[in-house]
Amino acid sequence: MSGMAAAIRLAHFGKDVCLLERHNVIGGLNSFYSIAGRKYDVGLHALTNFVSPGVKGTPLGKILRQLRISRDELDLNPQKFSRIAFPGINLKFGNEFALLEDEIAREFPDQMDGFRLLLKKISEWNDNELDYPDISARRVVSDCLTNPILIDMLFCPLMFYGNAREHDMEFGQYVILFKSLFYEGFARPFEGIRLMLRVVREKMKDAGVERCMKLGVKSIQSEGKRISGLELDNGRTITADKVISCAGWPETLRLCQDEPEDSNLGQLSFVETINILNRQPKELGIEDTIIFFNNSQIFEFCRPKELVDVRSGVICIPNNYDYSDNRQLDEGVVRFTAQAHFDAWRSLDENAYLKEKSYWFDALGKVGCKFLPTGSFDSIKEASIATDMFTPTTVKKFTGRFGGAVYGSPLKNKSGRTHLDNLFLCGTDQGFLGIVGAMLSGITIANLYGLRDD
Amino acid sequence: MTKQILNTMTKDGIKSIVLKIIAEIAPDEDLSNITPEVRLRDQLELDSMDFLDIVMELRKQYGIEVPEADYQELASLESCANYLEPKFAALQGS
Repeated sequence: MSGMAAAIRLAHFGKDVCLLERHNVIGGLNSFYSIAGRKYDVGLHALTNFVSPGVKGTPLGKILRQLRISRDELDLNPQKFSRIAFPGINLKFGNEFALLEDEIAREFPDQMDGFRLLLKKISEWNDNELDYPDISARRVVSDCLTNPILIDMLFCPLMFYGNAREHDMEFGQYVILFKSLFYEGFARPFEGIRLMLRVVREKMKDAGVERCMKLGVKSIQSEGKRISGLELDNGRTITADKVISCAGWPETLRLCQDEPEDSNLGQLSFVETINILNRQPKELGIEDTIIFFNNSQIFEFCRPKELVDVRSGVICIPNNYDYSDNRQLDEGVVRFTAQAHFDAWRSLDENAYLKEKSYWFDALGKVGCKFLPTGSFDSIKEASIATDMFTPTTVKKFTGRFGGAVYGSPLKNKSGRTHLDNLFLCGTDQGFLGIVGAMLSGITIANLYGLRDD
Repeated sequence: MTKQILNTMTKDGIKSIVLKIIAEIAPDEDLSNITPEVRLRDQLELDSMDFLDIVMELRKQYGIEVPEADYQELASLESCANYLEPKFAALQGS
């Protein structure tokens, strides 16, 4: 998404832009696939950063303006409500921030002063600066809140929806995510990611972007401090004045034949199971849009010891958005997501891979359902008419990210600059998060290095 | 933009050009009651990205160059017209 946003900006203002995509579908992590005529979204649980029409000065408004997309084109339908579910405690939240505040006041009355202090620190954080200092979010949050359960409950959704670092995150990233999930909120186009991709594809066409599908970059060649050529998968070499890479920071360095440092390889990947149901989830009593659950005493966000860490995860129910005109998805969908170990999945042979997929499909569903009104996984299985599951190796295959690292590298390159003067980075490794963030990253980098210094 | 319109470019004409560009960039803003003398920023929700876009649309659509040092000249509709008038006039000569 970031690369396409950059391409639209540059081409709109008259640059000759060629977009190279190795896959046969655009979108990178935010894409879709078909099995037996049924289309499955990847990536998009929710479009975060959702604000109502008329709310200005937020990331969503910026990308719409910068890409000349009108709000109506995206058909954004708000979430009903979501939930952070820990053993014995639930915090509901929605697109109105007051709901979360009320919930915290009810469950953690003695933490309210601290929570207000945290909100103050968030509002004082200058998130317009590209180069913010790397401060531990755990430290800042612990200075405000004393209850470890509340601290973890607030971290849980933020980590699952965008943290590339194990255990902790930069406070700057905490602020970006806190705003995009809690102050702003969730929405979804009725058609899911396919609509967003169609809108973006049309904008690229209108702007005059030349799009080359199934054509990746094999290597980046340089002379001195400049790129001299891009060697493509088909053996050809092309040249360009400037190159913006959305392949990821370590992945881009590898294309330049520089070995990335191990410390900058993302360790966090996920499995996701998809259950297609013959009825609406609400008929099973499931009303939430997204549930972030944790089933153990402490919440751990790190590469699991086993193939999957089913102690915590995310449950997404795309049916449970407030679709306008009483629209309703034809089939029920329940998706479970959990942290997974890339190397462990990669080491499996074909048979073992299939066996483990089937085992963890059930294991994750069983734990997740403890946080659903259904209680057991059986009622979902009974209603199931199709299932699928993707693993860290699937993510690696389709995004090219080392280690299937969904949120990229733990160290972000906020300036977007590299060791080569005419090679720039955009996307998740530049430090913006989510679909809206990815697009904002592409826009920011295109503006700074492609349009500003003419 | 046809040559003829450029030839008759008045300050009001320039103001409406700038308003048209703002409408393209920020279709969600109400432009019906803009006071020309008051800073656009004080009447509309426009950030630095939006101002950069006004500059770039002027270049794209009319071939007008606004160097970064002069961006403050675009603060209000009135100052836009004053600043851009000689630039539009220069286009006719070229």
